[in-house]
Amino acid sequence: MSRFKYYLKEGFSSIFTHSLMSFTTVCVMIACLILMGSFVLISVNLNRTMNYLESQNQMMAFVDETYTEEQARALRPELLKNDNVRDAEFVSRRDAMESFLGKFEKNSIFDDVDYSVFRDRFIIYLKDIRLMSETQQELAAVGGIARVNAHLEISRGFTAVRRVLKIVSVAIVALLFLVSLFIMSNTVKLTTFNRRNEIAIVKMIGADNGFISWPFMVEGVILGLTGAMLAYLLQWSLYTAICTRIMTTAYVSFLKLLSFGQIALPLLVSFGAVGIFVGVFGSQIAIRNYLRV
Amino acid sequence: MIRFDHVYKSYENGTSALEDLSFTMEDGEFAFLVGPSGSGKSTVIKLLTGEISATDGTVIVNGYNMNEIRPSKLPKLRRTMGVIFQDFRLIDNKNVFDNIALAMWAVGAPHREIKERVNYVLGLVGLEDRQKDMPNELSGGEQQRVAIARALANNPKLIIADEPTGNIDPERSAELMTMLTKINELGTTMLVVTHEQNLVNQFAKRVIRIVNGRLAGDEKGWYIS
Repeated sequence: MSRFKYYLKEGFSSIFTHSLMSFTTVCVMIACLILMGSFVLISVNLNRTMNYLESQNQMMAFVDETYTEEQARALRPELLKNDNVRDAEFVSRRDAMESFLGKFEKNSIFDDVDYSVFRDRFIIYLKDIRLMSETQQELAAVGGIARVNAHLEISRGFTAVRRVLKIVSVAIVALLFLVSLFIMSNTVKLTTFNRRNEIAIVKMIGADNGFISWPFMVEGVILGLTGAMLAYLLQWSLYTAICTRIMTTAYVSFLKLLSFGQIALPLLVSFGAVGIFVGVFGSQIAIRNYLRV
Repeated sequence: MIRFDHVYKSYENGTSALEDLSFTMEDGEFAFLVGPSGSGKSTVIKLLTGEISATDGTVIVNGYNMNEIRPSKLPKLRRTMGVIFQDFRLIDNKNVFDNIALAMWAVGAPHREIKERVNYVLGLVGLEDRQKDMPNELSGGEQQRVAIARALANNPKLIIADEPTGNIDPERSAELMTMLTKINELGTTMLVVTHEQNLVNQFAKRVIRIVNGRLAGDEKGWYIS
């Protein structure tokens, strides 16, 4: 039997020797990973929805009323030069009037309204809504632009929601990660305690720290990966079920959700990485006291 | 080779375990380390295996200066020696073969070499047909023979036996001691720590006697407490 086979054999046998504790560890890993995964997925989907909603948000840049339509149209390249302008859609005086009257279709009070009372304008779509205020000032400074209207309160609202979402997600994910690490470390610590005589014997026969700690690391990684894979499968079912429910609910149709296929691979890799990391470091924390002379 | 040169050892609680202890063992020698309980025999073993360091003086084991040895070098030192304990210290959930092979897995020996060597050392201690047995299926004497086989697994230069006959009957004790003398005749340095006067006198070997942490005698032959 090679050293590697020895590590595998010892790691596996230790899991079954402390089957109850191993089971508990896997269950806690599953719970923590599902909670972590859920928060990350909620955060990613809300972020995506926010991006969509932000992309729908727009500013209105009114052209100087002395400009002809051709002169007004010619301002578009100037507006697009701004780094934060995704698009600038020209709306002529006539179009603006039609759009305005369309809202009051059956009201005869507007029958005599002439298009000349409206201004040529651009609907400005932004790349980053957080820079709305700065962009408003920059566009207002473009020659030929008389005024720029923007809903700054919406921009501030989006920014605040994003900030809170980010802080809460990071805090919860970090907390759950530490809980997983602590539980894993305790499981391996129990194993090391039960095997302290064996550790003392192998140290006396010349085993180095690697030989002593590898079986525990194998045990940690197996438990971590088992928990991660089961959590992944459960997360898959849970996410698909919730998405199906949301998509068939009319009043939350503005939510832009990712399909599981779009997140399957990153989620699998992330869960696997967390499982391995928690297994390796949890076991190292547990065994470090036994590695001293 | 073992060299103790004016060694002192005091523990943190103030107990002085060794005081100015000096002795030397050349390669291939056989010696008994004797003395009453609390005389410092266990401290000598711990200094030899690197579990503790001397407070003052020099301890040299198989070319390693134990005062200067780094923790990362301790495994290498321990691979040059085999230690046999009074309570055998076999691993209960491993069979005889695996208990011995463990010492060779630890040093990364190849599979074929492990198989051959384990068979060889089990032959030396007369247990070649008990490879698959678990430790609890063996008598005390047999368990100690497995412990000897394990100590021999990596072909050490030095074997330290700490009260090896403490848990076995007198008849088996003499048999075991004969086995240790035969292993010594093959070239392995042998330091046997014991307080069994009769056994020591039966073999007429070098006797290093310590009392209250000091050298009280170092001569070949008899042990008179």
